[in-house]
Amino acid sequence: MSASDSTMRYEGDVSADGLVVTGKTQWPLWEVFTQAGKGAPHEHAGSVHATDAEHAMQNARDVYTRRGEAVSLWVVPASAIVASAPGDAGPFFDPGNDKAYRHPHFYKVPQGVRVF
Amino acid sequence: MEQSTIAPQDESALVAAFEARIAAGESIEPKDWMPERYRKQLVRMMSQHAHSEVVGMLPEGNWITRAPSLRRKMSLIAKVQDEAGHGLYIYCGTETLGVDRQELIEQLVDGRAKYSSIFNYPTLSWADMGVIGWLVDGAAIVNQTILAKTSYGPYARAMVRICKEENFHKRQGYEICATLARGTPAQREMLQDAVNRFWWPALMMFGPSDTDSPNSAELLKWRVKRKTNDELRQRFVNLTVPQAIAIGITLPDPDLAFNEATGNWEFGEIDWTEFFQVIGGEGPCNRERLAARREAHDEGAWVREAAAAHAAKQQRSGTQAA
Repeated sequence: MSASDSTMRYEGDVSADGLVVTGKTQWPLWEVFTQAGKGAPHEHAGSVHATDAEHAMQNARDVYTRRGEAVSLWVVPASAIVASAPGDAGPFFDPGNDKAYRHPHFYKVPQGVRVF
Repeated sequence: MEQSTIAPQDESALVAAFEARIAAGESIEPKDWMPERYRKQLVRMMSQHAHSEVVGMLPEGNWITRAPSLRRKMSLIAKVQDEAGHGLYIYCGTETLGVDRQELIEQLVDGRAKYSSIFNYPTLSWADMGVIGWLVDGAAIVNQTILAKTSYGPYARAMVRICKEENFHKRQGYEICATLARGTPAQREMLQDAVNRFWWPALMMFGPSDTDSPNSAELLKWRVKRKTNDELRQRFVNLTVPQAIAIGITLPDPDLAFNEATGNWEFGEIDWTEFFQVIGGEGPCNRERLAARREAHDEGAWVREAAAAHAAKQQRSGTQAA
């Protein structure tokens, strides 16, 4: 995913060549994911504001890894994240909830046999 | 994903479902339905908390150049940097409620926002750095440990992260106090003077007494708060008095006495007139703090603009790194 896909939202005045020249700016929001150790999953840590991917990486490092909390960082434009809606939680995840046969305890094994 | 259509229910049914979730100990997440009042209260509380972290950098930043050793200077710089980080964690949590950080920062520099009254007191001596770490961060830990169980998920997660870091702040402060307490008579006197000035303001950090706290009942009902101001204040006093005794420092309260029956250190009457004056903008340093914050914000404007211009140029020329 290219950072240019994110919504660059500047509240300042924009000159003819598209550069922000004055005024207040609100850098775009990036979501930060940290991996605590090799082999561990990346987990959401929080967010930062930054102008581009490189800047987001540096800000994420300074804000979320001051004490060796991560061996790897992901930054993702917040606008690129699609999330399920809480109201859908029931019906949306339903297909996974009523299939007991997907779990090992659904199956009977002869008594006294160690299966695992 | 298809947008779910919530059947038209009246607000009270939604509130009942929301309160049932809270009662069941569930945590509320940004996209969940919540009463407008819950959102407002959280924005108020979280933004005040974030502002406090940011303004909290000023009284300590004041002493970085005058720290008495390299070890102390490194610790103080790291602590002040942590406070900036804590401000960012909480601003980021507040943004999940649909407000812009930009908006919050403007409220702070315009003087419309509140922050912890403690940072409106001056830091007159090096001992103040020790006492702030010990008492002010100590009080913050008591407050934040409970807030780590607050019902709003992003706030709770920010608090878990902050609590881990605050422990260093408190210990470095208490170490400074313990060192001064073992020092020369002048050093002991400097420490005692700092404790005398910060003890009562530290107790005020927990906010008005329960009998005079307009927001408490609602916040407790929604489990934004899990303990009352007075409960937290008592907990702090109980934890702190033995630490003062251990380093031979006197707390400036003639009424302070241990109650065998309750196990509490009972303390004297807090000067609430002073508290409301400081909160209302009439503390010793309110204007100075805001002026310093505004100056830093204004002087950083060119950096923010340059970074934005650089990003826009990169984007335009298509050289943006993937």
